Parts: sequence; structure tokens; C-alpha cells
Amino acid sequence: MPWDRNQMAARAAEELEDGMYVNLGIGIPTLVANYVGDKDITLQSENGMLGMGPFPFEGDEDPDLINAGKQTITELKRTAYFDSATSFGMIRGGKIAAAILGAMEVDEKGDLANWMIPGKLVKGMGGAMDLVAGVGKVIVVMDHTNKHGESKVLKECTLPLTGKGVVDRIISNLGVLDVVPGGLKIVQLADGVTEEELRAATEATIVD
Amino acid sequence: MKKVYPDAASALDGLLQDGMTIAAGGFGLCGIPELLIDAIVASGVKDLTIASNNCGVDGFGLGKLLDTKQIKKMMSSYVGENAEFMRQYLSGELELEFNPQGTLAERMRAGGCGIPGFYTKTGVGTVVAEGKEVKTFDGQDYILERGIVADLSIVKAWKADETGNLVFRKTARNFNPPAAMCGKVCVVEVEEIVPTGSIDPDLIHLPGIYVHRLIQGAHEKRIEQRTVRKREEA
Repeated sequence: MPWDRNQMAARAAEELEDGMYVNLGIGIPTLVANYVGDKDITLQSENGMLGMGPFPFEGDEDPDLINAGKQTITELKRTAYFDSATSFGMIRGGKIAAAILGAMEVDEKGDLANWMIPGKLVKGMGGAMDLVAGVGKVIVVMDHTNKHGESKVLKECTLPLTGKGVVDRIISNLGVLDVVPGGLKIVQLADGVTEEELRAATEATIVD
Repeated sequence: MKKVYPDAASALDGLLQDGMTIAAGGFGLCGIPELLIDAIVASGVKDLTIASNNCGVDGFGLGKLLDTKQIKKMMSSYVGENAEFMRQYLSGELELEFNPQGTLAERMRAGGCGIPGFYTKTGVGTVVAEGKEVKTFDGQDYILERGIVADLSIVKAWKADETGNLVFRKTARNFNPPAAMCGKVCVVEVEEIVPTGSIDPDLIHLPGIYVHRLIQGAHEKRIEQRTVRKREEA
């Protein structure tokens, strides 16, 4: 059985170490916060906040307090607020230890595409280009294949890039791969997934 | 010089002209200058270039200016779920210059600080870098991005004193300070104007030197994504 959304998030949470300042993207990456356990992790929200808390209780929503996905959230005792230029100063300046992001495509050179499909879907890069260029470690959490069963882990991305050579580690529903010289290296297989299955679902070069 | 005006229309009097560039604060619908946007809609000014992270949502915030076709060009990082924004862009009615979010914020900050350009590694090797100078520092490539100087800034803060010293609230600060800094003229709307001297000078987020005109008003403060947890999960 491949990992589900929550198992992928739980696996991604294992990447985080005590004391880290971390930025989580929208979607599955947001779920990673549920699995950090006792580790002392400070979440950054790039719209101008360090120390992001959980969703508010019903009735406590504050329109002045949202995350980068525009969801209502809460503050913690450690919370600090700042403007967008300061926020991206700490991102671009390498102060954020890791970012966990979603992807439409990733390739064996660590290129990442996650912001638009020409002529079809225009989302915008938001803060993703700044994050992948600036943070210490870029971890991508994604489904290994699209709904037609085609690999999203490619030799070369076909969609407009978010960043070139920026991805360090891929956590998919089939397992964990690192971007290394020459291609991708298998770090871990998801429970019940065979190496043959992972290789069959991967277009990118896998190196030993 | 008196900075306080009675309402948004009078605060914008004499400042609007067709084809101008406006920098707007706000992220999503959080901390947006709702009252000034409404007054710009009512003014009928057109062919606007607007630098703002988003363009509101359908029918609210800057989205209202899309509905009335008053915007010629957006400089933004995110279209997201705004259907009219995507439709006008894909049909070619609207020019859209995609800016990475941090690059947009820094372009505003730099423009307001007298810095006409800066080098950043954000966007290297992507479409964002097309046509831009690439320079190598210490073995790493960077692209040249220009500072933005807008004809007008429209900004929302929480509190101001009568001299325009501003205090923002929580994540509603976002793009408001850099947007305020980059305007030749900056008009600010706040929830409350307090007597000068009643804000601790050490706790002012943006000094009044950046603020030229000021209004107080009631804000809807619409929530884009209401997300909550149940109390029994506590």
C-alpha cells in the first residue's frame, strides 16, 4: 500500500529537527504540523509571521490573522509579526532551515515546477520561487504519478519552473528519494511498495 | 500640514489619473485598503497599473476594479482562485507581470529607499529571469530586479496618530509597509485615528514620514478561507 496524505506528512515531519524554523506549503505540507510531536519547531508563514499556531476554535476567527494559504489561524506565545519585505528577507537570506512544498513535476536535476500550466491553470508562484531559492533544505511532498498513472518524477520538467536545481529530497506516496549527482537515489520505500514498483513509476534516472 | 481627511473620496481628490501606477497593500483579503479601493472604483479612473500581491477575489477588494475593467496591468505573485483575474489574463484583456512574492515586496521596499535595482537569486533559471541581467557573485547567479516607484500608494493600517505614524495588527501588516514606502504619494486608511502622543514611539511600525493623507473608517474585513477546529479537539 502506498502512503496516504497523512502518512506522507508524517514521513516529512521526520525531516524536521529540534530548533528549526520551517516554512510549510499549502496542501499536504500543511498537515506536517500535525506530526512534529515534541520537537521544538517554529513555523514561518511568509505573509509575515513566525510561530504559527493551529486553526482557531469556531467563533475565534480573526480576519487579521491568516496564513499564506489565506486560512484563519492562531498565534502562540512565541509569535512575532513582520512585513512582507522582512519576511522574504529571512527566506532569501537563508535563515529558514527548510521548506516543505507540493509539486506538479520534479526532475532528476532537482528542478521543480509547481506554479502554472500554460493556457490552463494560472495560480502564480506566490512565495515558492523565493523559498526554493533561499531556504536551507527543500523537501517536496507529492504523488508520484498523475491521475492517468504518468510519472511526475521526470528526467526533465515540462512545465514552467519554480526553481532550477533546488530540490534536495522527494517524499512521494511510493517512498523517499534524494537528488544526487547523476539522478535520484532511493532512500526509503513506502510500506508495502517494492523497488520495482517505484522504479516503474519513475521516469527520472535512478542511481545507486 | 493636516493629513486627516473626512473620507476616501476627498483623500484621493486630485491624485487619480488614467494610466497611473498604484501600489496596494494587503495579502489576499487581509489588510487591504477596502475604502480607498471603493473610492477608486467610484472615480472611474482607468488603464491602471497595480502592484499588489493579489487582486482581491471576485467582487471584493481589487477584484472590483477587474469587474469594471479599470485595470490595464497587474504586477502580482498570485492569481489563485480569482476566476475573473484568470479569465481576463488568459483572454489577453489584462496584462499580468508575475513577480515572485519576495521579489515584489523587495521591489517596493527598494523603490521607496532610493534603490533603483538589486540582485536576487529568486527566479534564476525560470521565466522570471527572461530579459533580465544575470550577474555572478561568489560563484552563484543572481538576476537584476528593479525597484518600484508608484504614483500612488494605498494602504490599510490598524491605528494612526494625527501625524500618520502607523501601527498594524497581526498578519494584516504584510505588504502595507513596503507599499507605503514606494509611493510618491501615500494615502492610508485606518480603523482608528488616535491623538498624537498616545502611541508609544518605540512601538510605531511605520513612521508618518511615509504617510501623506489619512482617513478613518469602518472595514468589512472579509475572511477568504474560514478554517476552524472543533472545541472538543482541545
